[in-house]
Amino acid sequence: MSVVSVQHLKSGYNDKEVLKQISLEAEKEHITAILGASGCGKTTLLKNIIGLLPPWSGSIKIFGKETTIMEEPQFNQLRHNIGVLFQNGALLNSLTTAENVAIPLEQHTDLQPQLISRLVTMKLALVGLKEAADYLPSELSGGMRKRVALARAIALDPNLLFCDEPSAGLDPLISANLDRLICSLRDRLGMTVIMISHSVPSVERVSDKIIFLEEGQVVFVGSVKEAKSSGLQNVEIFFKEGKGTE
Amino acid sequence: MKTILEVDRSYFFIKGNLDKENISVIYDESLKHLKQVIRSVVTLDLSGVKSIDSSGVAFIEDFVSQAESRSLTVELTGISEKIEKALEIFSLKEEKKKSRVSETKEFFIEKIGISIYHGWNNVVEFFLLLGDTFIYSLQGIIDKKGMRKGEFLNQSMLIGMNALPIIALISFLIGFILALQSSAQLRQFGASIYVADLIAISMTREMGPIMTAIVLAGRSGSAFTSEIANMVVTEETDALSSMGLNPIKYVVVPKVHAITITAPMLTILSMIIGIAGSFVVGITYLGIAIEPFFQEVVNALIFKDIITGLVKSFVFAWIVVTVGAYYGFTVKGGSEGVGRSTTASVVTSIFLVVLADSILGLIFYFGQGVEM
Repeated sequence: MSVVSVQHLKSGYNDKEVLKQISLEAEKEHITAILGASGCGKTTLLKNIIGLLPPWSGSIKIFGKETTIMEEPQFNQLRHNIGVLFQNGALLNSLTTAENVAIPLEQHTDLQPQLISRLVTMKLALVGLKEAADYLPSELSGGMRKRVALARAIALDPNLLFCDEPSAGLDPLISANLDRLICSLRDRLGMTVIMISHSVPSVERVSDKIIFLEEGQVVFVGSVKEAKSSGLQNVEIFFKEGKGTE
Repeated sequence: MKTILEVDRSYFFIKGNLDKENISVIYDESLKHLKQVIRSVVTLDLSGVKSIDSSGVAFIEDFVSQAESRSLTVELTGISEKIEKALEIFSLKEEKKKSRVSETKEFFIEKIGISIYHGWNNVVEFFLLLGDTFIYSLQGIIDKKGMRKGEFLNQSMLIGMNALPIIALISFLIGFILALQSSAQLRQFGASIYVADLIAISMTREMGPIMTAIVLAGRSGSAFTSEIANMVVTEETDALSSMGLNPIKYVVVPKVHAITITAPMLTILSMIIGIAGSFVVGITYLGIAIEPFFQEVVNALIFKDIITGLVKSFVFAWIVVTVGAYYGFTVKGGSEGVGRSTTASVVTSIFLVVLADSILGLIFYFGQGVEM
């Protein structure tokens, strides 16, 4: 069953077309990786799906609901069930780790402060950062910031998690740990994950399915194993050259 | 599905979804009933729970914790596989055992002690920065290595030239108002001419240096703090250090040199324009002729008055630049932290300027004899 379904999506900036008739599906409780070289349209696609950028044409369905025609309040309601891990964490620097994680809980639920505080501790414990609750983002390492951002993204127990370049700027060990954490959250919480990446080791570790983009078009859909022997020159080179680089 | 809480003395039964949408409905009610329990064992029956999320686990744990704080034991019954899995994923019980030490509460006395300790550390840090700034500033006069090229002139323009119009305007108005207010009293005794003495002495010894310092704290001090704080937040100072450059020498010293030169100049200007303000009142309102007014000013002022004002202007300038740099380097947090540091810098600078003025006033007063 598809949690996210994109059909014939066209999108871009001003009059520059970035995505050309893209169609893809992300299955429930699967980790789908969207791959491609820089500038191929991965982040534009993500922005379209999470509603930060309106598409030119086409259809985007999340949990079976068409989002391109959705009013903002309805989309915001849907967003309660979607978590997004941004490339640089996007934590609010003036708030502590715990305050950052508490934002969605305070804004989107009417839970009592005691329960919110307990939930924040739970989510930080899930990403192994319970002791860093009172730290400011500037006092955390890059990997820790990403994990806090992940705790914030899963604060509302979303069924769908988007990760934009989770490995970017991290060393291989921390990157591998973060990948394991994403897999474990998928397994334990039953989340569907859509991950944007150009890190081959990361994709090999976590993905159930990959979607390869090239110049705004889907050129391959399948498993990592299938991609390596797909006969598509750029896809094979991507995996060959990207091996060992985070 | 709506969540319902049924309570029969010490038996609590929950029916429906135990999730973030429904918990707040039963939370307060459950605590209210818990307070009325008189038996030592409370039963929380979860057999009617259809679905649970992390908020549900938080609710169960909070319920148990509230009960334990009343010396009650909670018996959880009707735990389905779903609930067990959720408890296993989210429960903090194991975590709590691990971090029991970190959860100790601070008592009032401890809090005072911690505040004093932090306060003392801040004072030490401030004086260390002052020391570093002083040494690097002296070094920087001879050895320009490690300092940003052209920054001295740039800062002199920013601190000095650009502040000139506002300092001139404020000083003129201060001189004007002081003359107007004092003339009302002096006229009664036929001593209007002494307005010139009064304003000349007050502008040189007090108002000139202090008004200049306040404008500098508001204009330049805040700019120093926000510039340095932004550099710290965006790790530019770390980048400088990694390139073998001392951030104090590179960023602060040119400002120190510039303010050390321009602040006394601005102060002298403030003194002159303040006296000019009183001159306008003297000529137009009090009817004093130009020549006697100036003669009175010259007779009233002695060289020590000007030196006093200049010494103060040096001290005030150093306060402004050091406080600005201190708050810049000790910024915590991101963009909001920069704002907080900037505000704190201006407030502290003005307070320290007034404090230093009082101390210097006492030193000059008792050091020079009562006539001073």
